[in-house]
Amino acid sequence: MSSQPVIKSRLEGVLLRLLPLFAVLLAFLVGAVMLFALGANPLTAYLALLNGAFGSVNALAETTVKAIPLLLVGIGITISFRAKVINIGGEGQMVVGALAATAVALAFPDLPPIAMIPLTLLAGFVTGGLYGALPGALKAYFQVNEILSTIMLNIVAVQAMNFLLRGIMIDPQQAELGARIPQTMRLPASADLPILIRGTRLHAGVLIALLAAVAVYILLWRTTLGYRIRAVGLNPDASRYAGIHVKRYVVLALTLSGAFAGLAGAILVFGSESHRMVTDGSTTGFTGSAGFNGIVAALFGGLHPIGTIPASFLFGALLVGANKLQRVAQVPSALITALNGLVVVFVVSIENWRNRRVAARIAARISVDSEPDALLESSDTAGATTLGTK
Amino acid sequence: MGLSDLFSASVLIGIATSGIRLATSYLYAAIGETFSQRSGVLNLGVDGIMLLGAFGSYYVVLTTGSQGLALAAALLIGMILGLFMAFVSVTLKAEQGISGIGLYLFGFGMSDLLYQKLVGTPRPIAGFPKLPIPLLSDIPVIGPILFQHNLLTYGAFLLVPVAAFILNKTTLGLQIRAVGQNPEAADSLGISVTRIRYMTVIAGSTLAGIAGASLSIALLNIFQQNLTNGQGFIAVALVYFGAWRPTGVLAGALLYGLIAALVLAGNTLGLIPRSVSDIAAMMPAIITILALVVTVSRVREPAALTKPYGRGE
Repeated sequence: MSSQPVIKSRLEGVLLRLLPLFAVLLAFLVGAVMLFALGANPLTAYLALLNGAFGSVNALAETTVKAIPLLLVGIGITISFRAKVINIGGEGQMVVGALAATAVALAFPDLPPIAMIPLTLLAGFVTGGLYGALPGALKAYFQVNEILSTIMLNIVAVQAMNFLLRGIMIDPQQAELGARIPQTMRLPASADLPILIRGTRLHAGVLIALLAAVAVYILLWRTTLGYRIRAVGLNPDASRYAGIHVKRYVVLALTLSGAFAGLAGAILVFGSESHRMVTDGSTTGFTGSAGFNGIVAALFGGLHPIGTIPASFLFGALLVGANKLQRVAQVPSALITALNGLVVVFVVSIENWRNRRVAARIAARISVDSEPDALLESSDTAGATTLGTK
Repeated sequence: MGLSDLFSASVLIGIATSGIRLATSYLYAAIGETFSQRSGVLNLGVDGIMLLGAFGSYYVVLTTGSQGLALAAALLIGMILGLFMAFVSVTLKAEQGISGIGLYLFGFGMSDLLYQKLVGTPRPIAGFPKLPIPLLSDIPVIGPILFQHNLLTYGAFLLVPVAAFILNKTTLGLQIRAVGQNPEAADSLGISVTRIRYMTVIAGSTLAGIAGASLSIALLNIFQQNLTNGQGFIAVALVYFGAWRPTGVLAGALLYGLIAALVLAGNTLGLIPRSVSDIAAMMPAIITILALVVTVSRVREPAALTKPYGRGE
C-alpha cells in the first residue's frame, strides 16, 4: 500500500468529521443571500455579529451565559437521541423545572445559600425529569409517538407557567398595581448563582453545565447504564435478547433528558439579571427557545456531550451576536432562529451520506489492513448517526 | 319561549358556527399531512410552512389588496417548502422527525424576521368576506352554522370528500397507500416511490401553506410572531387521531374547532374566570395526548412511516 492513498484517506476522514461545520457555513451562505435581499450588507452584518459575540470581555461573558442552557439541554438531548428517543420537549421541561425551582425559593426564603442553591437546582432537575418521564412512559407502554407528546407537553407547560405566574406566584407589587405582568417578585438573594467575573453576568451556572457534560460523558461511555442506553438506541431487538429491559431504558433516557432541561430552566432563573422568573406569556418569552436550540447544539456536537460544549458556545455566540446584528444592520435577530433551523436540516441531511462514507471507509480498512481502531470508530459513529423515530 | 332560552340557543348556534370556522386551518393542514404520511413521510415542518404561508398571504393582501394573489402566494410558498422537504427526506433520506423540526424553526424565525422587517406593527387587513349560500343559508339553525362562511372554510370541508376519493378510489390513491405500506413491493410493481412521495409531500405542504393563509387572511386577518401557536403540530397529531383517514381527520378537526370555540365563548361570556383561562387553553394539548393513547392502541400506522426508501437497502 503506497502512502498516497493513506494521506488521501486521512484527509477524507478529517473532512467527514468536519461536515457539520459545512452545514453551518451553508446556512450562513443562505443567510447572506437573505441579508442582501433585505437590503443589508452581509459582510457588515456578520462582522457585527462576530463583534457582538466575541468583541469584549463582556461579550464573551454574555456568550458563555447564553451557552449554559444550550449545553444543559444539549447533553440531555444527547442522552435521549442516543437511545433513539426524540425529545422535542426541552422547552416545556425547562419551564416546569424553572417553576419548581422558583417555587422552592419562594417557599423557603430564609435558607442559607449553601442549602438554597442545591435545593432549588435539585428541584429543577427532578421536576424536569418527571416531566420527561411522562412522555417516556407513554412511548414505552402505550406506543405514543414521543415527538408529538413532547410537543403537546410544551403547550401544557407554557399554560401552567402563565397560570402560576399570573396567579399564586405573581409579584405582589404587580398584583397591587394591577399590571399583572406574568413575573415573580425578586427571588431571595440566597438563591442567586455566584458571579464569577465581576462586572459581567457570568455566573457559576457555567461550571455546573461543564461538570454535567463531563458527567454525562462518563455515564454514556464509562458505565453499564450508559452502555445499555446506547445499546437500546443502536438495536432495540438485540438489546432485548441480551436481557436489557428496553422499555425501562426508554423511560430512563427521556427522564434524564428532561432532568437536564429542567436544570437548565432553574439556572436560567437564578442566573438571570432580574433574578425573577418572568415571561411574556409565551414559552420563548422565558426560555429564549433554548429548548429547541439545545437540539441544534447537540446535533452539531455530534451527539457527544463533550462535542456539545464547543457547539453550545458557538450557538450561544450566534444568539448574542444577533442582538448586535439587529442594532447595526437593522436585521431582526429572528434571522438566527431561521438559520438555526437550516443548520438542523443540513446536519441531518448530510448525515445519511456521511454514514455511507464512514461505513465504506471502515469496510475498506478492515479488508486492507484490518486496523483494530477501525472497529472502534464504527461503534463510535454509528450511534451518532442513525436516528429513528420509533 | 323564555328570553334565556333564546339567548342560549343563539349562543349555541354561535359556538357551532365558530367551531366550524376554527376547524378550517386544522383541516387543510391535517388533510395535507394525511397524504404525506400515507405515503410514508412524516412531515413535521407543517407549523413552519403554515407560518410562512400565513405571513406571505398577509403581506400580499397588505400591499396589493388582492386576496386571490395572496392565496396564490401561500400556494407557491407551500409548494417550494414542500419541494425542499421532499428533497431532504426522500432524496437525501434525512431523519424525518428532526429535519421537520429544523423546517419548523426556519419557518418560525423567517416569518418573524420578515414580519418585523417589512411590517413592524400589527396592521389589520380586510379578510375573506362571508359568502352566504343562497337559499341554504336561510334555513334556520343549519343555515347560519353551515352556509354562512368564507370561501376558504367551504374549500376545507370540500377537501375532505375529495381527499377520501383520491386515497380510496383512484389508482393514484392506491399507489400512495402501497408506497406507504410496502415500498419494496410497490417499487417491484413499477411504481416510483420517489415520485409518489415527492407528490404527496409537495401537495401536503401546499395545503399547509393554505392552512396558514386561512388563519391570517380569512380568520384573524392579522399577522404576528408565532401566529399559528402550534396548530401545525396539532394537525400532525390529528392525522394519528383520525387513523390516517380524511373522515377521521374531519372528526378530529371539528372536535378541536368546537373546543376552541367553547373556550372562546366561555372567556367572552365570563363563564371561565380569567384565572383558569390558561388552564382551559391546555385542553387541546391534553386531549391530543389522550387521543394518541387511545388511537395508537386501536389502529396501525402506515408500515413505512418515517422510513426512507432506497433500493437494496
